[in-house]
Amino acid sequence: MSFAEQFRDSGPTWLAGARRAALDHFIATGFPTKKNEDWHFTSPAAIAEVDWLPLRDPSGQVQPDDLAQFTLGLDAPRLVFVNGRYTAALSSLAGLPARVRVLDLAGHWSDAAVEKWLTKLATPTRDAFTALNTAFAVDGAIVHVGADTVLETPIHLLYVTDSEAAKGATHPRTLIVADRHAVATVIESYVSIGDATYFTNAVTEIQVADGAKVDHYRIERESDRAYHVGTTEVRQGRDSRYQSFSFATGGALARVNLYTVLGGEGGETLMHGLYMLDGTQHIDHQTRIEHAAPHCASREVYKGIMDDASHGVFNGKVYVQPEAQKTDGKQTNNNVLLSETAQADTKPQLEIFADDVKCTHGATVGRLDEVALFYLRSRGIDLEQARTLLTYAFAADVLERIDQPEVRKALEALTLERFVGGGAELVAAA
Amino acid sequence: MLDIRDLHATVGEKEILRGISLSVGAGEIHAIMGPNGSGKSTLAQVLAGHPAYEVTGGTVTYDGEDLFAMDPEERAQKGLFLAFQYPVEIPGVSNAYFLRAAYNAIRKSKGLGEIDPLEFLDYVEERLRLVDMDPDMLSRSVNAGFSGGEKKRNEILQMAVLEPRLAVLDETDSGLDIDALRVVSDGVNKLRRPDNATIVVTHYQRLLNYIVPDFVHVLVNGRIVQSGGKELALELEAHGYAGVAA
Repeated sequence: MSFAEQFRDSGPTWLAGARRAALDHFIATGFPTKKNEDWHFTSPAAIAEVDWLPLRDPSGQVQPDDLAQFTLGLDAPRLVFVNGRYTAALSSLAGLPARVRVLDLAGHWSDAAVEKWLTKLATPTRDAFTALNTAFAVDGAIVHVGADTVLETPIHLLYVTDSEAAKGATHPRTLIVADRHAVATVIESYVSIGDATYFTNAVTEIQVADGAKVDHYRIERESDRAYHVGTTEVRQGRDSRYQSFSFATGGALARVNLYTVLGGEGGETLMHGLYMLDGTQHIDHQTRIEHAAPHCASREVYKGIMDDASHGVFNGKVYVQPEAQKTDGKQTNNNVLLSETAQADTKPQLEIFADDVKCTHGATVGRLDEVALFYLRSRGIDLEQARTLLTYAFAADVLERIDQPEVRKALEALTLERFVGGGAELVAAA
Repeated sequence: MLDIRDLHATVGEKEILRGISLSVGAGEIHAIMGPNGSGKSTLAQVLAGHPAYEVTGGTVTYDGEDLFAMDPEERAQKGLFLAFQYPVEIPGVSNAYFLRAAYNAIRKSKGLGEIDPLEFLDYVEERLRLVDMDPDMLSRSVNAGFSGGEKKRNEILQMAVLEPRLAVLDETDSGLDIDALRVVSDGVNKLRRPDNATIVVTHYQRLLNYIVPDFVHVLVNGRIVQSGGKELALELEAHGYAGVAA
C-alpha cells in the first residue's frame, strides 16, 4: 500500500492542510538517496524498501514492570507511549507544578499551543522524513512550561515499542514549549522490548523563549533490528539556553538530526552526544547550529565508539549569519574504532558569513591509545580490562557533561554495562 | 633476580641496545647512567615490555623465568615495576580506581580475592603519606592536568601501593625541584627491602645523592662501557661522559 493510499485526513483544519502539504511534498520527492548531500554517508534505502504498516491503533503488551529498565532511576512525571500510542495506565503525571502542562497529542490537536507551534518549527516540507511524520503522526507529547515557571523534576517521554510493532511504523510527534524565563528538563527515550524490526520516525519541536532554559536528553535504544529517524528542531530566543545530550546505541540504522536556530542575542547552545555501535549498526548524527543573532555561544562535543563492522557518522554544521557578530562557537567530534572493520565518518563544517566571530572545530578518528594501554598493562591490568577502561574513559569524558545527576548516573551505568558487563562499579573520576 | 645477557633491541630499523649484560641481585640498587640517546630509557621500556621496541637478540631472565615470554601485565603481576619517564594521562579514569584495579589485578594473579574498597582506601591513604601527596589527587583522573612533579610522585605512589620486587625508575628525577626530589627519594628508600631491588636510570648524578646505588653502570651507544661502585657516579659528574665514551 502506497503512502498516498495510507493517508487519512485528520485533525483540525490547519493540521489537515499541513498534512496534505507534507504528503504532496513526500510524493514529489520520495525518500532521499546517497546522492543527497545530507545522506552522503548513510543510505536510507533499507527504510525505503519496506512497506511499513502505519501503527495507528493502541497495541502492545507492555507491563509496568517492563519499564523499570528504561526509567533511568528517575521518580519523575512520565508519559509512556506503546507502539506509538499514549498509554495512560503506564504513565504518571503526579507532582506537576502549576503552569506546567504535559499532555498526549492525540487528545489535544486543537490545543492553542499546538496550533501556535506545531509544524511551525519543523515545517511540513523540511525533508522527506519530517513530511512523512507530519502526514502520518497520530500521537505524541506536549510539554508546555509557562512563563517564569521553574520545573524542578525532569519530564520523561518514553516511547516504547514491543514485538507487536513488527513491520510497523510509528511517527511520534513531540512539542516542547518553554515560555519566557521558564526552566525545564525533558527526556525523550526511544526504547524497545524484544527485537522486532520496525520503523520509528520521530519529530520533536522545541520552542525556547527569551530567557528560557531547556535541557533536552534524547536516548535512542531501539531494537538492534529497528530503523530510527529522529529530527529535532529548536528555536531559541534572546538570552535563552538550550542544552542537549544525545545518547544513541540502538537500531540497525539510526539517523538523529538536531537543528537549532539562535534567533536572539545572548543565546547559548550546548550539544553533546555519545554514540556506541557494534555488530553491523549504522548510526548517523547530523547537527546544525545556526547563529542568526549577535553575541551567541555554542559548544558541541560528540563522541563515537565503533566496534565490529559498525559505522558511525557525524555531520555537524555551525552556520553563522552575517548579522551574528561576536559569535563564539566550538565544535568537536572524536571517534574511536575498536576493530579493524569498524568505520567512522566525520564532517564538521563551519560556514561563517560574519567577520567578527570566534569559531573553531575539530574532529578525530583513532584507535585506543597504545601508550595508555601499555601504561595500564605495566601496572598488572590485563589487555582486555585495559581496553575496557580506556574505552569507558573515552566515553566518560562526554558523559561528565550531563548536568542532571540521575540521568548522568544512568547513562554511565548503561555505558559501563556495554563495555564492562553488568554490576561494575563506576570508574570515572569524581 | 634479574639477569640480562647480550641484549639487543631496535625501534623501527634502528638498533638502540647493542649487547647489554647486567645482573641484579635481591637487595641491590643499580644506577644506569649515560648521555642522551645512549639507550637508558630503551632498556627500561624493553624490560617492562613496551610494544614499540623489538628485542632482536639476547635473553633476560627474571626470577629464573624468561622475561620476554611474559606479557607486560604478567611482568607487573610478578613484581616488575617501571616508573615512567613520561607518565601517561588517562582522562576519565580516576587515580583511585586505577590504583585499585592494578592492586586487584596483582592480587588476582596470586590467587587472592579483591580487596574491600574501604580497606583499600585506608591502605592508599597511608601510602600517600609516603610521597607526601594530597588525598584529593585520588579522585582526579590519572595524571590528567598533573604538573611534572605530581606525575613523578604519582609514579612513586603506584610503586608504594604495588610494592614491586624489582622497580625500574626511568629518569624519575627529571623535572623535579629539589624538595620534590627529596620526597620522591625518601619514598623509594623507605620502600627498600632485602628482598627487592631497584634500577635507577638517570642522566645526572644528583638523584644518587639521595638514592645511593650499590653499582653504577655507564651506558654509551647501546652498550655498558664501564661499571663500578657509587664513586663512579661522582667521577662522571666531574669529568662528563666524554671520558668514558671510548
